[in-house]
Amino acid sequence: MLILTCPYCGVACDETELSAGGEAHLTRHGPGSSDGEFEDYLFMRENPRGVHFERWRHVYGCGKWFHAARSTATLEVFGTYSAQVLIPPDDIRAAVSAKVPGWQWRDLT
Amino acid sequence: MSRYSVFAVAREAFRDHQGWTRAWSSPEPKRKYDVIIIGAGGHGLATAYYLGKNHGIRNVAILEKGWLGGGNTGRNTTIIRSNYLQDPSAAIYEKARSLYEDLSQDLNYNVMFSPRGVMMLAQTEHEIRGYKRTAHANALQGVKTEYIGPERVKQLCPIMEIRGPRYPVLGALWQSRGGTARHDAVAWGYARKCSEMGMDVIQQCEVTGVRSEGGKVVGVSTSRGDIDCDKLGVVVAGHSGHLADMAGFRLPIESVALQALVSEPIKPCMDVVVMANTVHGYMSQSDKGEMVIGGGTDGYNNYTQRGSFHHIEETVRALVETFPMISRLKMLRKWGGIVDVTGDRSPILSKTPLENCFINCGWGTGGFKAIPGSGWGMAELMATGHSPLTESFGLERFKEGRFIDESVAAGVAH
Ligand SMILES: Cc1cc2nc3c(=O)[nH]c(=O)nc-3n(C[C@H](O)[C@H](O)[C@H](O)COP(=O)(O)OP(=O)(O)OC[C@H]3O[C@@H](n4cnc5c(N)ncnc54)[C@H](O)[C@@H]3O)c2cc1C
Ligand SMILES: [Zn+2]
Repeated sequence: MLILTCPYCGVACDETELSAGGEAHLTRHGPGSSDGEFEDYLFMRENPRGVHFERWRHVYGCGKWFHAARSTATLEVFGTYSAQVLIPPDDIRAAVSAKVPGWQWRDLT
Repeated sequence: MSRYSVFAVAREAFRDHQGWTRAWSSPEPKRKYDVIIIGAGGHGLATAYYLGKNHGIRNVAILEKGWLGGGNTGRNTTIIRSNYLQDPSAAIYEKARSLYEDLSQDLNYNVMFSPRGVMMLAQTEHEIRGYKRTAHANALQGVKTEYIGPERVKQLCPIMEIRGPRYPVLGALWQSRGGTARHDAVAWGYARKCSEMGMDVIQQCEVTGVRSEGGKVVGVSTSRGDIDCDKLGVVVAGHSGHLADMAGFRLPIESVALQALVSEPIKPCMDVVVMANTVHGYMSQSDKGEMVIGGGTDGYNNYTQRGSFHHIEETVRALVETFPMISRLKMLRKWGGIVDVTGDRSPILSKTPLENCFINCGWGTGGFKAIPGSGWGMAELMATGHSPLTESFGLERFKEGRFIDESVAAGVAH
């Protein structure tokens, strides 16, 4: 059972209290973008075996969206953080790098 | 390799079964093959088999990081049906189902195909309309299905409670030639034939890199050294994203866990397969007597082959309402597999941005039923560059917005 701490209410929620929202930090493309960019935004996914950043929603709690950094290979949770950021904050990156030496991922900026 | 037959069994019975030979050989990898297939699941093995049988390409290696059929092919609940909504799906799934009909004869290996009939229950008004529509579509596609009422459902499956308080059974989509088969036997049967044709089925050989020159694939790196090839087929289900990353392209795929469980064996009580998509549960009885049960996928990406327990609880809770008699059954085992899910819930059988590299993936929660048809089409695509069975399933459909949308049509679909 996956347990994530909601960064807003501070509650350690088991996953039945949460709703999974898929990959985080996608670059949004709208009108005026190319077919390729739109395809990328809508369908292409990183789907890594290892460190992953995701959107989750505390549906049966405060109802807010937040972010989580997790390993899809071990199910370890590295941390959760606010939804109001475009890239993972430094403390989360540091926590990931400490646990997974040599970790590299696509440019999130 | 000796032929399996009633005479062979009799002959061996008279000599203490000393004469059986290994079903497939375990050779060392050669330096180079015409075709390398990554992944010895059902789809990879069937692709290799039809490359040899239909196209005469036999200098082929199938590389498997674990053991034969140890991926989703050996973990699924073996439902076979072809009552999909969209034309391209009906074509490839019905091709597969019809190949299953005499696969045991073709492979000289008993895959125990059991066309006992599959029913998909309608438990809401919406589902009634949906399944009637599918039945009409199937009639036009030449796939034999029919919409049946609740009395017929009860007649076909007497252990079902059709007047449940929350989810009464209002009718069902019935495919009388759908059913099940023995999953391991499908992998073993194809592997044995591939080996007999001179192909190398190489287990314990993990692909760790894809090598290319000038945008063209030239070979792979593996845990047992580099191996060259002219053409490469990537057929690794849940690991497709990982392999695509090695080959330098991205896929519209998410890997998530799907679980199943079996009960203690009980006397025969149910001789059809029942799927209840509204409540996310389905059940059949194996030849050993176990009730084989499955449900929905987890909502988050996962490569660990372990799923969340609450899905099992939900599935069992829903099924107990429809099958009250299972409430006292003990469950013996549960397990998970990592399934490769696409945005439109349809598979990808396609060329890739890397020349001579082909991919077959995205079967998600429902690819066991498709193994023979998928292998047939994929082999044609790899050998000739085009297959009518696979042409609608190309990667470019996501860019072009030409989806084969089965998610709306089928909900949970195994
Ligand atoms: C619980 C469960 C229930 C299901 N129920 C049904 C059902 O009732 N009906 C149905 O039709 N379908 C069902 N499915 C789906 C079905 O099992 C799959 O779609 C199908 O088996 C996929 O076959 P495959 O050959 O593509 O993949 P797999 O059988 O997973 O084979 C892929 C192989 O690739 C290997 N591999 C991966 N990476 C590498 C590498 N780097 N190097 C070498 N080898 C590698 C893996 O070890 C694996 O053996 C179910 C799946 C699950 C998990
Ligand atoms: Zn909260």
